[in-house]
This record gives sequence, C-alpha cells and structure tokens, in this order.
Amino acid sequence: MTILSEQKSKTLLAKVLKYSKADEIECNLEGKVGGNIRYARNTVSTAGEESDLELIVQSTFGKRMGVATINEFDDASLEKVVRRSEELAKLAPENEELMPLFGKQKYAESKTFFESTANVTPDDRAEAAASSITPSKKNKLVAAGFLEEAVTFSAIMNNKGLFAYNKATDVDFSVTIRTEDGKGSGWATRNFSDYKLLDTAKASDIAITKSKGSVDAKAMEPGKYTVILEPAASVGLIRNMMRSFEQRGADEGRSFLSYKAKDGEDSEKAPKNKLGQKMFDERVNIYSDPQHPIAPTAPFSGNGYPLAKTEWIKDGVIANMPNSPYWAKKTGMPYVPRGENIIMIGGDESLQDMIKSTRRGVLVTRLWYIRALDPQTLLYTGLTRDGTFYIENGKIKYPIKNFRFNESPIVMLNNIEALGKPERIDGHMIPPMKIRDFTFSSLSDAV
Amino acid sequence: MERRDFIKIGGAGMGALMLPLSGIAVSADQMLDKPMDVAYKKKLADIALNAAKAKGATYADARIGRYLNQFVTTRETRVDNIVNTESAGIGVRVIANGTWGFASTSNMTPDSVAQAAERAVAVAMANSKFQTSPVKLAPVKGVGEVSWQTPIKKNAMEVPIKDKVDLLLSVNDAAMSNGANYITSILFLVNEQKYFASTDGSYIDQDIHRLWAPFFATGIGKNGFKQRNALGNPVGMGFEYLDGLEKDKVRISGAGVGYNNSYDMVEDAAAAGKQLKKKLAAKSVEPGKYDLVLDPAHLMLTIHESVGHPLELDRVLGYEANYAGTSFATLDKWKSGKFQYGSDIVNLFADKTQPYSLGNVGYDDEGVKTKQWDLVKDGILVNYQATRDQVHMIDQNESHGCSYSQSWRDVQFQRMSNVSLKPNEKDISAEDVIKDVEKGIYIAGRGSFSIDQQRYNFQFGGQLFYEIKDGKIVDQIEDVAYQSNTQEFWNKCTQLAGKSDYRVGGSFFDGKGQPSQVSAVSHGCPTTRFNDINVINTARNV
Repeated sequence: MTILSEQKSKTLLAKVLKYSKADEIECNLEGKVGGNIRYARNTVSTAGEESDLELIVQSTFGKRMGVATINEFDDASLEKVVRRSEELAKLAPENEELMPLFGKQKYAESKTFFESTANVTPDDRAEAAASSITPSKKNKLVAAGFLEEAVTFSAIMNNKGLFAYNKATDVDFSVTIRTEDGKGSGWATRNFSDYKLLDTAKASDIAITKSKGSVDAKAMEPGKYTVILEPAASVGLIRNMMRSFEQRGADEGRSFLSYKAKDGEDSEKAPKNKLGQKMFDERVNIYSDPQHPIAPTAPFSGNGYPLAKTEWIKDGVIANMPNSPYWAKKTGMPYVPRGENIIMIGGDESLQDMIKSTRRGVLVTRLWYIRALDPQTLLYTGLTRDGTFYIENGKIKYPIKNFRFNESPIVMLNNIEALGKPERIDGHMIPPMKIRDFTFSSLSDAV
Repeated sequence: MERRDFIKIGGAGMGALMLPLSGIAVSADQMLDKPMDVAYKKKLADIALNAAKAKGATYADARIGRYLNQFVTTRETRVDNIVNTESAGIGVRVIANGTWGFASTSNMTPDSVAQAAERAVAVAMANSKFQTSPVKLAPVKGVGEVSWQTPIKKNAMEVPIKDKVDLLLSVNDAAMSNGANYITSILFLVNEQKYFASTDGSYIDQDIHRLWAPFFATGIGKNGFKQRNALGNPVGMGFEYLDGLEKDKVRISGAGVGYNNSYDMVEDAAAAGKQLKKKLAAKSVEPGKYDLVLDPAHLMLTIHESVGHPLELDRVLGYEANYAGTSFATLDKWKSGKFQYGSDIVNLFADKTQPYSLGNVGYDDEGVKTKQWDLVKDGILVNYQATRDQVHMIDQNESHGCSYSQSWRDVQFQRMSNVSLKPNEKDISAEDVIKDVEKGIYIAGRGSFSIDQQRYNFQFGGQLFYEIKDGKIVDQIEDVAYQSNTQEFWNKCTQLAGKSDYRVGGSFFDGKGQPSQVSAVSHGCPTTRFNDINVINTARNV
C-alpha cells in the first residue's frame, strides 16, 4: 500500500491539488517499505520492518510560503493538510527570494528499481546474519553487522503542470568482525540497488581476514605517508567536499570555492568564485549522473527539475557549482541542481595492483568520525579504523595501530599517485586511491 | 535514518544539522489540539499487550507516541522556513522464545495494533534460532497509571510564530550590526507525548519538552572568513529559557558571558559580531603544551564524548561494534575497582532527574523510574549506564533507566543519560581557576569534535579561544584544537570551579544505533582546568 504506482500517485496528487486555494501548490508524495536485521556478539540483537507514506504540501501566496505534511489519506485529511499549509503560508513573512514553481518537465528514465530487492524476506535477512555469524563462530571471532533493504518511491505534482515519479530499491550491508580478545577488528560494507549483487558471505570473509590480520598491530610514528585509501575510506572526505560545492557560499566569500582577489587586482571586477579554475590533479574527474548503471538515482530533484549528467570537476578544473533557482537568476547563471550521486572516474588497477606497486605505504580500510576543522581549507580530522596495514615492497607487511589524520581533500586530490577501479559505496562510485604525503597527526590505541 | 526523513537546514556552517521530519505538520495555532485521550491509549496498549501474550510473548511493552516538532529558520533579514510536524503511532516490543522482537504502525485501529504486536512476536520467533542465551530483564515493579511532565513555565508550542520570528530577526540584526556578514538562526522546539505500557503493569503518560536556539554567524575578512556559533544550550525547558535573566549569566573577566538556565540570545549574537571581527584579526596559536581552562559550554561536549559514550554498557559489551564502536572502559577495568579514570578531584555522575536537562524524564522508555548514580567517584571508574536487559551482566539487578527511542516507529535501546561533572565543594570562580595558569588557553563553545571508536584518542576545537598569560586572559587567538587520550586527559584535571559557575549544556541530536536514531542529552560542569595538554594549529595552506 505504501508503494503507490505512478498512476495511483497521479490520481491522488491531482485530488490534493483540487483542494488548493493558493497561488501555487506543490505536493511531494514519498513512500517506503523496508526491513532490517541487526546482530552483535554473534547473535541477532534487533530486527524490524517499516512502512510509511507521507504527503508534503507546499502552498504559496505571493512571496509567502508554508509547508505541511500528513500521513493519513482520507479526503478530510487531504483537505486538512492543504488548509494547514495555506495557513502557515499566511503566517510567514514575505521572502523576496521565493521563486515560482517549474512547469511541465521531461525526464530520462533511471533504472533504480530491482525486483530482487523488493522481494527480500525476513529469512533472507536472517541468512545474511548467518553468513557472518557462522564463520565467525567457526574462527572464534565475534560478528556484529547490519542489513537494511527498502523499496521507496517519490512523486511530485504542482499546479503548473509538473508531474514526476520514480521508484527505487536499495540495500545496505555492513559487518564488523572482531577477535574474542578485542585485539583485532575487520570491517566490510556493501551497497547496491540490486539485492542479487550482494554477497554477504564474501564481504564477511573480507572482514574475517582483516580481523585476524590486524591482531598485535605495531605503532608507527605519525607523519606524512603514502596511503592507499579503499573507497570506503575516501568516500567520507569526497562526500564532505562535494557537500561544500555551492555557488552562493562561494560568491559570498565563505567557501573553499571563493575567489580571493590577488594584490593589485580590482576586487569588483575579479571573479567571485573559482569556476573554471584548476584546483586538483588533472586526473580528478567527478560528476553526477542519475542514469549511472551501478549507482542510479531518481532523474529529478526535490522541486521536480530534471537531473542530468553534470560535471563538477573536469580534469582537475571546477566545471560547475550547484546553485538555487534564485541565486542562478541573480547571478545570470544557469540553474544547476545538486546531483544525488557522486561518480568519480578512476583507472583499471585493482586494490591488489595498487598494493603491489607500493614500495612503502599504509593501507586504510575506512575513516571514522570525520569532522571539519576549517571550512575555507576543507581541513578535516578523523581516524583510521578496522584494518590499517603497513605495506612494504608491494606486500602487506604487518598491521599497524590506528592513526588520527588531519588532512584536506583538496591536498589529497592534488597528491594522487594512482586511481583504481571505482566501486559503489554509499550510493556513489569511488575509486581506491593511492595518495602521497597524507597527514597522520597522532596515534590511537583503539582497535 | 533515511535521508527522506530529514529536512536539511541550509546555510553556511549548517551542513551537519538535520532535523528529523517524520510526521504530519499542523499549524502552530493547532499544535495542542486534540491531545490523545489517556483512556483510549490504555485501551490500545492493552490490545497490543494481550495480542503479544496470546501469540506466546513472555514480556511485552507498547509505546504510543505523539511527537510534535516546530522549527523556524531565518537568514539575515528574512525567514527561510517555518515547519510544524506531528507524528503519531505505536511501537510494540516483545520477548518470545527468549528473543526480542519489534514492530510499529501509524495505523492505530485495534486490528492494526494487534497485528503489529503479532508481527513483533513473529520477528522474535524467527530470530530466536540465533539466540545463544535468553534475554534476561532486571525486575521492574509495575507503577499502575502515573504521569510526568517537563517542568516548563511557557509552552513553546503556544508562543505565537510572530514572536519567534521577531526574536530570530533581532538576533540576526544584533550580529550583523556588530560585525557579522551573514547569520542563520533557528528555533528547534520538541514536544514528545509518550505513553508507555508493559506487561509488568505500568501505564505511564509523559509530556516532554525540549528547546534549542542556535545561530551560526560568519564574518568575512581580507584573507578569509571565520564563524562564531551561539553559546546558548539546548535544554529541557519551555520558551522561558529565552528570557535572558541576569541571574543566569556568568561573566568571565576578559572573555564574555556564559549562560546557565536562561539565555540572552540577542546579547550573545551582538557579542558574536564583535568577536568575529577579533577572530579575523587574531593571531594564530603556536602549537605546543598548554594548560587549558575549559568553559562549561565547551567542556560539556568533551564529557559527552570521552565519558558519556565510553561508559554506555552496550558499547562496552559490543552491541555497537559495527557502528558507534566499543569502549576502552572494559569490564575488567571496572571490576578491578582501581581504574583511575581521572584525577581524584574528578567525580562524574549520571542523572536523568536533573531539572532543565535534555534527558530529564520521570520514566525511561521501558518504564524504569529515573535516578542519579555515580560513574566515576574520586577518579575511580565505579559504574556504567545500562538498560533492563544488560544490567545483570554487571552483576546488578536494577536498571539505570537509560532506554530511549526517538519515536514510536523505532525500537528503544540503551542511550546516554545526562552525565555531569561535580563542581568543586569550595565555591570558587572561573577567574580563580584561571589565576594559577602561567601559559594557557581558555576555550568557550563547542567546535569540531572527533574521537576514536573506543574513545581513547580525541581532538576538540571550540568557538572562542583566549590566550592566558600569568593568570589572566590576554586576547583572542585562533586555529586551536587540542589532542589527548581520555584517561590521560582526565588525570590531568587539576582544578574545578564551584557550584556558582556550574552550567548545563547539551547535545540535541546525538546519533547512535542502526538504523541510526537521535537522542538529546545534557552535561553539567563548572569551568575546569587541565594541565599540560597538547594543542595543535588547524590553519593550513592549500
């Protein structure tokens, strides 16, 4: 029931629009059916199923806007939510930056829905847990993990003729396997739209190998090291950087993308931001693409505007910055909505190939507790976790204690030694990266 | 938590702030209409409990929740957003075959409620094949029908939207007319109407209120920009928190004002504007060892990360190993009775009865009456924070009352209690704590914070940094962060201010669990000194 078809969504939203007395009305309908299982200490700790359907109504009178949402769908509730959004709009002060809604749009199709994921059962989830717990027990290890899958849909309709609909599936799996004495810990994660691609046993096996291999880690001096960042390690820094990609903040002087006029340069005539400037190694290419075959997203943004393939960094140069319709109009730029996925181009090398070609370096499984230190340099801090190894002459030599890092993705993406084959991680495509001079600032005793 | 369940708040410095939006919105004026009838809630709860028992559950609890949120977001001279949300439903948790099961529904018809209870039992039965030892609950005596309410003076939900908008726009004006170039200010208001019933015979009706009023100001200079966030605290109070009473202000010579149970947001914004100008011109810190004097609005977060989290028993036992992590404060350390968590002046306690705090409730989400207990006494680790099903693992038979769920939709689990640092028995001032420092830094406000998954190594920034020379605050400095190890840090605690300086701060959106849930928790402490701590410089050329 909570996943409505395109036709049913259209019928329901058309009915909602009929209640409107506002100048403009836009409705979003969002539904989800999902399930999860969580385990720890080699046993299932919690498990559950969730379903919900929500209607969000935005009404506008002139420059005043109000939003109300509801999860009941009888006629009285539908009228009530429209009236409430209108009432809130009347209470709101005028907002000069409010822009008109978009009219009818065309969308390219994204293959975001997979029956295999929609058909996952509680037994499948239990099997996933067993694929970690059984081999962990056999190896005298302790497994903790989480599997969550969901079918979602979203539909948008407004009174300017716009209608959009998309249905999607997603499955997330992660597992941490520790030695009984707590001296070793390994982790693996997988994320797909298609459940058929998920091999929980294989992922668990990687976590087991890393767990056993990380026992009795040696302490290395903090400092600058060549690192091989697995996709799960670099995705946090890349994602944080891409969240900071935004034209308005850059134009206002409060972004790493703000342009600082040079001495003698007329600041009035100088550009406000770094659009078109080279900021990274020329091998850095990052874009968003709703039709990506492995990491697809809905082909429209929350306001119904079509999402198309958009380059953000092209050959190390800032190619586009997301903006709002208001800021685009004010600055005479095209409206560029933020993409839903981050696709970073890599190379053909596997992680193993990258290790083989490394004389001396550190392999990092994942980074943890990443926090910004300085938004103008994008300096972040955080720690390595669940599998950090010293590489010497092309081989993993021994496990090492975890490090705290203080590093900026701007520096990181200028210090590229090699990029490997991208993998899907958290809905994005990120390659393993070999980076020189990555800054580790202190040691951690955490395992 | 799912992305669609959040409204992201825009604006610089706001990237990490998200508010759960999972429910129906109602107009401000109707926020308190139609409270759910207690007799009807009892009837629904009994349907759930009976349905669970009929299917074989040996224990069941039902939580009927109505969660109201309001938030108002402004930027400079305009209002960006006004949103009211309401979410109602029931969550049923059971033990069957010695295993937990949970299911929830927003459809509160008797049939749907009974079906949710039956689903919860089915989930428990399905998962019991992995259960190695059955769930064992610490005993709780049923309390019958009782109620509890946050002691508020002004219900924030009843304050007209115009007053809220006017306040925030005054805040923005105060910051900008004193030096800020940009500012975002927000009001987050939360009202949890929660009804708990269990097969132990408890029927507990609670009305819980929380409020947070942050702002994020930015100043642009010739060579870059700086940010200064609000020094006010999220609290378990009504709108009276924003009265800005003089009696709740603590003035620190050379630094500014700290706020206890009343916040002058406009005054703080004006100070932020002036301080931003100084931040843009301030000298960058010389890295090295310093004595740190930490203001309560800063130290609260250090307590949260380095004491609150590592002393959560579920982390110690490994239940959070795949996400939040485990803990360095292992059971053997606790059992030894000699583990020196901090210096002997360090006394840390948990307390869910602390007035005005975010974690203050009458009963937790499994019907346990809340209380106060010691975690670290005279520097020694003495206890953890635990729920009913865990406390037997530390040889105790009384739950600490630490169970919480963010909504009816999610299963309750162990969450952090308010964890606080006892003030000095001698009522000395913050200046008294500073006066013995030859080379130090005074830090106010919460900044960047990061700690490893076992809570050993941490690094914290702040909002305001002042150089201390020869016992006096000299001037603002910038680019400060300190790195330390939890046990080492707390053992370097050398001085505490007294009860007049004690203030309560908190975290409004503390995340934990899979699927992730947020909770709100407070931490009280006085201005406190830590000697010889490693300070790094966070400025970098890129």
